[in-house]
Amino acid sequence: MSASASDPKRAVPASSEGADPQKQSPAFQIEDLHVWFGSRAVLHGISLNIPSHQVTGIIGPSGCGKSTFLRALNRMHEFTPGARVQGRIRLFGDDIYESSGDPILLRRRVGMVFQKSNPFPTMSIQENVLIGLRLAGTRNRELLEERLEEALRMAALWSEVKDRLHAPGTELSGGQQQRLCIARALAVRPEVLLMDEPCSALDPIATAQIESLIRDLGQRYSIVLATHNLQEAGRTADRTAFFLEGRLIEFGSTKKLFTNPSQKQTEDYLTGRFG
Amino acid sequence: MGRKDRLNPFRRKPPSDELPPDAGARAWTSSARIGRILDQGFGFLVVGAGISVLALAALLGWELYQGAKEAIRRYGAGFLVSSHWDPVAGRFGALPFLYGTFVSSALALLLAFPLSVATALSLTEFAPVRLRRPVLALVDLMAAVPSVVWGLWAMFEMVPWLRQTAFPFLQKFFGWLPFFQGTIYGVSLLAGALVIAMMITPIVTSLAIEILQSVPLTLREAAWALGATRWEVMRVAVLPYVRSSLVGAGVLGLGRALGETMAVTMVIGNRPEILLSLFAPGYTLASVLVNEFAEVTSEEHLSALFEIGLTLVAVTFVVNFLARLLIRSVPFFFAPRPLRTQSMETNG
Repeated sequence: MSASASDPKRAVPASSEGADPQKQSPAFQIEDLHVWFGSRAVLHGISLNIPSHQVTGIIGPSGCGKSTFLRALNRMHEFTPGARVQGRIRLFGDDIYESSGDPILLRRRVGMVFQKSNPFPTMSIQENVLIGLRLAGTRNRELLEERLEEALRMAALWSEVKDRLHAPGTELSGGQQQRLCIARALAVRPEVLLMDEPCSALDPIATAQIESLIRDLGQRYSIVLATHNLQEAGRTADRTAFFLEGRLIEFGSTKKLFTNPSQKQTEDYLTGRFG
Repeated sequence: MGRKDRLNPFRRKPPSDELPPDAGARAWTSSARIGRILDQGFGFLVVGAGISVLALAALLGWELYQGAKEAIRRYGAGFLVSSHWDPVAGRFGALPFLYGTFVSSALALLLAFPLSVATALSLTEFAPVRLRRPVLALVDLMAAVPSVVWGLWAMFEMVPWLRQTAFPFLQKFFGWLPFFQGTIYGVSLLAGALVIAMMITPIVTSLAIEILQSVPLTLREAAWALGATRWEVMRVAVLPYVRSSLVGAGVLGLGRALGETMAVTMVIGNRPEILLSLFAPGYTLASVLVNEFAEVTSEEHLSALFEIGLTLVAVTFVVNFLARLLIRSVPFFFAPRPLRTQSMETNG
């Protein structure tokens, strides 16, 4: 426990002395985050600051807690029986686990894209994109129309679907479906976008499209990208955190972490000695 | 036989004593032959089983038709549209039974379906997961209670309560509706519908639970991640996905309701009359069969009962068929309406 706490403490200052000065407050300030599933501890005291308007990559071998970490950021663990979260997470200063905090409102501020694309099969492309706004109670047609195009353009899907907005979302190809899910998450204009291995089920071309999309979106959004693909993190993330067995080993600019890691375990992982 | 001979490349035929007949190969081919025969036999068996089911259905239809032929010839279409049933006078009209069957089953489904779906939803969407198994077991247990036991309970507990409490209450407040007028006997079309509803609720609930559990977690997660409340997750992700399956579960329940015999016969009143009031006694196709077969008075009577049986089978078939059509044609009830604006329609 004490050892686990010391690691992140060393990692956090490393992030603040990173290359670019942080103009804004961090998107997420995470302090001593623990997650248990039943009696099994999955995250052991993670502390890090996720910068805003950047892509933050989370890498590490399978089972290291990447997904668990991501899901703690929008309180998705509340649906898992037996899951318990402890620690403090602030989203632009607001404590998201505060008892008065509303998880529904939080999830409108923090969008999520999943490993497997999951458009609603009974809805058209358009309905899929707008469902978040409809749930939020938006009735204004002009606004809905505007956001529809905006979200699809941001997800680089507009030109491909603009002539068949009423077609079922499941008619699209795998990569298009994943971009549709990104558009769906973006339509409500979240402050942060969580992406849980969004390319792991896609072919190389679709992957390249989504990666370039992530880089573009990173200019405007705060993105947290969990991936087991090191190259993907290298290509898209501004900063990268390395997780191992539920602990944060190292966090810093992607370039530094990949070329000159300060921890032995990071180096071992990057050079393929395990994982 | 020397080694020289064996190595001779021009040797035509191996000497029989040196190279014995290939026992292994023969064993293999013979076992393969046995396998092939067994396989064929199994194939015949399976196809035979399939054919025998069809044959049984055909035989049933044929027998029913043979039995009913006399009545069909004698009464023609009048059998289904006449409402006089008097075996002693030799008048046979099945309309009251058709009416009773339809009304009691439809009413039962109307009561049971929402209750079943709501129970299933509460269990899969709202209740703690550890409650799911025991409740499901209980529901399945209820589905296994024999019809006659339901009937016994309904006759001695439900009907007196209906007569003394529920029906007078309904008549007091809704007596202006034609459905709740007239004398209260207790035994009635409504009592029949209630007992059917109770009997099909466990079945439909059990099916609905299984159907709801089949919704992929990824869809629920998609809705949660968009900030949907539990109600909204249900409306957006769960119900549209299982809509047609749920209707299918309802149809299965309806099939049970139409053919339900014992319990209904015990509480429906068994009077072949068509009255708008649900408090009035009624009669169903299945009930008249079970009541009158034992005391058939004449050849025509027996033939008429056969035709009742034929009608019941036909009704069940037609209802199932129509319901299947319905499943395909009903639009999505729960999905949000498509957004259509002027500009979009002109665009696309």
